[in-house]
Amino acid sequence: MDKMPKWADVALIPFLNLTLAFAISMAVIAAIGQDPFEAVKLMVTGALGSSYGWGYTLYYATNFIFTGLAVSIAFQAALFNIGGEGQAVLGGLGVALVCLYIPFPHWTVAILFAMLGGALFGALWAAIPAYLQAKRGSHVVITTIMFNFIAASLLNYVLVNLLRPKGSMDPASARFPETTNLPTFHDLLSPFGIAFSKSAPVNVSFIVAVVACIVVYLLLFRSRIGYEIRSFGQSQSASVYAGISPVKITMIAMLLSGGLAGMMSINNTMGESERLILNSVEGAGFIGIAVALMGRNHPFGVFLAALLFGFLYQGGGELALWLSIPRELVLVIQGLVILFTGALDNMIRMPVERAFIRAAKRAEARDAKQKEA
Amino acid sequence: MDFLTIIQILDSALRMATPLLLACLAGLISERSGIFDIGLEGKILVSAFFSAAVASLTGSVWLGLLAGVTVSVVFSLVHGMASITFRGNQLISGVALNFLASGLTVLVGETWFGLGGRTPTLEGAERFNPITLPFADALRDVPILGPIYSTLLSGHTLLVYVALLLVPTVWYVLYRTRFGLRMRAVGENPAAVDTAGISVIRLRYTAMVIAGVLCGLAGIYLATGLSSGFGKEMSAGRGFIALAALIFAKWKPVPALGATLLFGLLQAIAIRYPKIDLGFITLPSQFMEALPYILTVIILAGFIGKAIPPKAGGQPYVKER
Repeated sequence: MDKMPKWADVALIPFLNLTLAFAISMAVIAAIGQDPFEAVKLMVTGALGSSYGWGYTLYYATNFIFTGLAVSIAFQAALFNIGGEGQAVLGGLGVALVCLYIPFPHWTVAILFAMLGGALFGALWAAIPAYLQAKRGSHVVITTIMFNFIAASLLNYVLVNLLRPKGSMDPASARFPETTNLPTFHDLLSPFGIAFSKSAPVNVSFIVAVVACIVVYLLLFRSRIGYEIRSFGQSQSASVYAGISPVKITMIAMLLSGGLAGMMSINNTMGESERLILNSVEGAGFIGIAVALMGRNHPFGVFLAALLFGFLYQGGGELALWLSIPRELVLVIQGLVILFTGALDNMIRMPVERAFIRAAKRAEARDAKQKEA
Repeated sequence: MDFLTIIQILDSALRMATPLLLACLAGLISERSGIFDIGLEGKILVSAFFSAAVASLTGSVWLGLLAGVTVSVVFSLVHGMASITFRGNQLISGVALNFLASGLTVLVGETWFGLGGRTPTLEGAERFNPITLPFADALRDVPILGPIYSTLLSGHTLLVYVALLLVPTVWYVLYRTRFGLRMRAVGENPAAVDTAGISVIRLRYTAMVIAGVLCGLAGIYLATGLSSGFGKEMSAGRGFIALAALIFAKWKPVPALGATLLFGLLQAIAIRYPKIDLGFITLPSQFMEALPYILTVIILAGFIGKAIPPKAGGQPYVKER
């Protein structure tokens, strides 16, 4: 045996990576003079202890599911899309235009069109870097970073000069019409007599996000194009030899990725703020990177990782509120998670793999000896 | 626009270009040795914070400089550990370090100073102060050359001159020394370097340390020269603009000076003229902000010459057994 068992690869290594990342995070909390165990307790009660906490946790998780899936699809094709942030910003613009300028009779219709609008704008924003990568070989990492900055400037311009209602000082669009407002979990669950916090922003988009996980799973692992994307990501030369067009796969993977990132905006823009604001994405596009890495680019893994980050985000907010630990603690944890699950993966993997192989060899030797005897 | 205004804008351009230049040279050293570095942004940020914080606590900008350089080198070495020793994805490592920097600076800043992530304002010996070049005041009234010398060239802080001197230094090291030759080779064909009996790993780690020092200087200049103190997220994308300049300059030191001066000029113009009226169209300030990024994409697209990165960049070196 020269490999470790699958369960170790899928579960043990990520678990060890995460443990290390969280251990260091706890050490950081201790280093700034706070009690790490107290902090964890506060985070758990703040994020999971009430339907209000759950409402926020799931709301954040919804964002991260979309952006995590976006990064994962690109990763499966061996493309690193750092542009989720910019694509989500543009997606917000798409959602806002749909909500502001098309009169909808009911939210059920509105959400379908808003999803299309958000996905279209997000995909368009990913299309240029994708085209440049596919046709001209410009590195998609650099171009998507640049497009994040360009998106921020563009949105700023559009909000200040075009969408801002007359007389308003706020760089934000007008409120969306009432018929586009999405029902929250409170609205959805109260007819069944289930009490859910009224002020928590989690809404029907969460269900859309869960469906998106399933669709992406089917697409990646049960469809022809998904197979092509994955084989392209494993080995470009082999897939070209098999007749897969690199230009086509690069474009499709990036457009899907941008579309998913853009679709995130049905949650934050349509579901929560109900108008387009300047900093609505709040770094969710970047958290998608951590979520995708942690979830091993698998939709189910992304779902779990997004829940964890939703918890961290809401818990981190509680820490800022009750202890004097700034919200930026979440950024530190996020950085450590990306570092240990992404970049320093081999630090854990190499010794664990060696240990497994050694154990297997020893077992073999023992078997051989028993046979002799 | 009169002559003096032009001089003032150029003067401001030089200030804005300095952190870009230092970070760009850091990226150049790193990428020429085969390690992609999108963590420049984070390194600028941590060194800016720790230099300002230590300068404020000790009252000495030199101790601040030491702290800033140290922490930037530590970040660089973590990046090296991930990319060289553990053969991880260099882009992912860079992204991680950027987040870590954003978080740690505010976390530590809030704990030490309680000013919402800022450091106290630096004064006197806590920051680098402008240096007046000899005769600058006497020559001020000489037409044309006077303002160029006394306004544009004189009156900057030490690190501006250091950054300018580093351009020929890096050029010399890269193209005229054995170390530079080896470093360029290790970024193109590490296997050949290895065959010649030179340690790829040691060369790349050395490059990481140099890049850490240079990038540290960029952050230190930002917090203790250009401004007087650290503010949350004060690097404001400069690491990425430096990366853009590096591509613009095709990974060469002298063009790097040109590219960073150009981007510095764009920033200086955007500060002075938020809106630019070209007669037929008014360019909004947001366009000026986005211009360096738009230019980079155009360059990357290969419409103005082709930017070809070092061949072995981004790939961990695995010695054959």
